Amino acid sequence: MGKVTRLKSILTFCALFSASAGFGAAQIAVRIEKTDLHCPRHLDDQTATGAIHDYLESWKSLNSAFDQNRTDLLDADFVGAAKEKFARTIQQQAADGARTRYLDRAHDIQIVFYSPEGLSIELTDTVEYDTQLLDHDKPLSGQRVHSRYIVVLTPSETRWKVRVLQAIPE
Amino acid sequence: MKYGRAILLGAMALAMLHQVFPEGGLTVPGTVTAGSAFSIQSSGSGGATLYITGMGHFLKRDVQLGQSTLFPAGSIYNAGHYLVVLTGTGATVSSAFDVVPASEPENLSFLARPSRLPVDLHNGITGALYVFDAYKNLITVPKPVLFQLSNPAGATEARTVMTRDGAAWTQMDSTSQQGMDKFVARVDDGISSTRIVGQIPGDPCGLKMAARESGGKIQLQTDPVRDCSGNAVPDGTIVTFTESDKGAQSTVDVPIKRGVAEAELPAHSGATISVASGVVLGNQIRWAR
Repeated sequence: MGKVTRLKSILTFCALFSASAGFGAAQIAVRIEKTDLHCPRHLDDQTATGAIHDYLESWKSLNSAFDQNRTDLLDADFVGAAKEKFARTIQQQAADGARTRYLDRAHDIQIVFYSPEGLSIELTDTVEYDTQLLDHDKPLSGQRVHSRYIVVLTPSETRWKVRVLQAIPE
Repeated sequence: MKYGRAILLGAMALAMLHQVFPEGGLTVPGTVTAGSAFSIQSSGSGGATLYITGMGHFLKRDVQLGQSTLFPAGSIYNAGHYLVVLTGTGATVSSAFDVVPASEPENLSFLARPSRLPVDLHNGITGALYVFDAYKNLITVPKPVLFQLSNPAGATEARTVMTRDGAAWTQMDSTSQQGMDKFVARVDDGISSTRIVGQIPGDPCGLKMAARESGGKIQLQTDPVRDCSGNAVPDGTIVTFTESDKGAQSTVDVPIKRGVAEAELPAHSGATISVASGVVLGNQIRWAR
């Protein structure tokens, strides 16, 4: 594939993130690298920024949905297979009286593909997040996870939604 | 000497096992292929509860410590990172494993654009493809994708592209013949997805009219209107006839009917008559009778 060139200086910023009580508030470090997309369509900064903003927002919805066992909280940020899979998992854990938390701490994002017709953006994201499992509100296990994700975003009426969010072994 | 070597190899194997499964109480597979069976071994004795939790699945099982817990095929089919948590009377132990997509592509998301375009347009057609397994996991291992565009006459344009992070794309030229083209994406010589791309005639090419007098008027008629590839420009396309005479201008817009455009204009000796369709200019006639 084409040589990876940095078109944009690496952007690091922190966003204050208010998490649910008991699992701590956190600052999220986000690093974004825009590479040679090897695609005929130009991805302008405004589109990239909007897509990444919406993607980062989706982690908040994900955490809330899994923590509160509410599938409806996925609606704003997820679509298609990602939404169906996560909703099914939430139903499974709710049936067993369990909850899980996914609190993202750091993202290292690389935009890897922008489809020629502009209807999908693909990212890879090496995420550091804290996860906690609770069974009938009793915390069982808390861990910091470092995992690489592949993400496909597609545009909806007002925002980019996550269609694929899949961890892949590094 | 023989025994020493065997002990050394055994120690190395144990060390490797320890690296793969750092939590002593749990032995989990490093990776599991989506949808396949696997087992988790625990140590100790007595009853415990085993949890497998990830974004794609949540499983909770009562298990007997010291035994292997089998998860049959289909238990976990969504690719991702999973944590395994074991709670019993003693300390809670945990481990993790990854579920990777099945290698066989079973679902394709193929988007071809546009659905209709003029003939002979360089890189006018784009196709973007995502490759998924039977469980809608994105297959990130590179796969060859054959993109093929064929028109009704059988002419074919083909290109092979490797997927990168599960995605592949291409650009194709529209063919020179109008009609419905088939745009096929085939992965690994197996599963394929087809889209239909309508190719319509391009702009008129070599637009030409003839004039004759009829009852004090000028009768104008074009030759059959065709694009540069010889495809008939569709009926209904507007052709404009313009007559300029001593600073005055008369314009008539007419649709093509049965392949030609016809109009009638006043006959003014010395007038200049031109024909156009869209941005394409045809010939000019100077009326001198």
